[in-house]
Amino acid sequence: MPVLARRIEAAGIPTVIVTMMPLTAVQLIAPRVVGVEFPFGHPFGRPGDREVQRTVLETAVTVLAGAAEPVTRVDIDIEWPQPRGEAYRAWQPAEPSPIVAELLRQRAARGEGAAP
Amino acid sequence: MQVDSFRFLPRSFLPLYENARPIVGEHEPVWAPFTRRLADASIALVTSAGLSLAAEQEPFDLDGERRRPAWGDPTHRVLPHRHGPVVMSHLHVNPTDILADDNVALPVDALDDLVASGRVGRAAPAHVSVMGYQEAGLSVWRDVTAQAIVELFRAQGTDGVVLAPV
Repeated sequence: MPVLARRIEAAGIPTVIVTMMPLTAVQLIAPRVVGVEFPFGHPFGRPGDREVQRTVLETAVTVLAGAAEPVTRVDIDIEWPQPRGEAYRAWQPAEPSPIVAELLRQRAARGEGAAP
Repeated sequence: MQVDSFRFLPRSFLPLYENARPIVGEHEPVWAPFTRRLADASIALVTSAGLSLAAEQEPFDLDGERRRPAWGDPTHRVLPHRHGPVVMSHLHVNPTDILADDNVALPVDALDDLVASGRVGRAAPAHVSVMGYQEAGLSVWRDVTAQAIVELFRAQGTDGVVLAPV
């Protein structure tokens, strides 16, 4: 997504990325970054939680319009209302993605047992 | 408070992300100043959730990804601001919550709230969905899809874009 943001920005349209991995977006030189400490699959919060969705989006457009220089990062101080382990398990797909399944096969072939 | 970027990441993925490096040609900052008042601006959204309009658009190609695990469908879908039911094509996250409320990934209702309150000028007529997982498809995504998305945003007078990977 930082690559896509950079392409849009380079074409003259300002961008901001809302992301669970703001450090990575900064390392990839995204122009403006808003970090959220939410599980994957939930950049704007939980289903039906209009207040958090609005807070995240309002922060994003404020950074979009107000950031003064490239690679501006602002993090949102909202705690995910679920224990980490529970949220970690909940965001995972029911089956490993094809690339993860492939990596697991390669590890098994090497005699390693650790799951991704 | 600083967000822990790896709080929900599987530990074995850490080496892939903790020292991410820009790809070739992407080492310099890019910058387009936001020159309008936000209250006059048209804002568009981009999600990587792999959303498409149910019964109206071809879903993203998941069978292709299953056949070639290092490939992700590099195309995009244009989603009208007010849209009907969507399907989600994404093999890397649990889709349950986004299917329950697609505002989790594409917050059009919150955007309406910001327009209604006068904070934002207007919602763009259309937003964009891509499918986030890109490895082998990245060059098409970067060079072809990105250009098509730029042309859409220019044609509809978009002043700023909020992108959100899932």
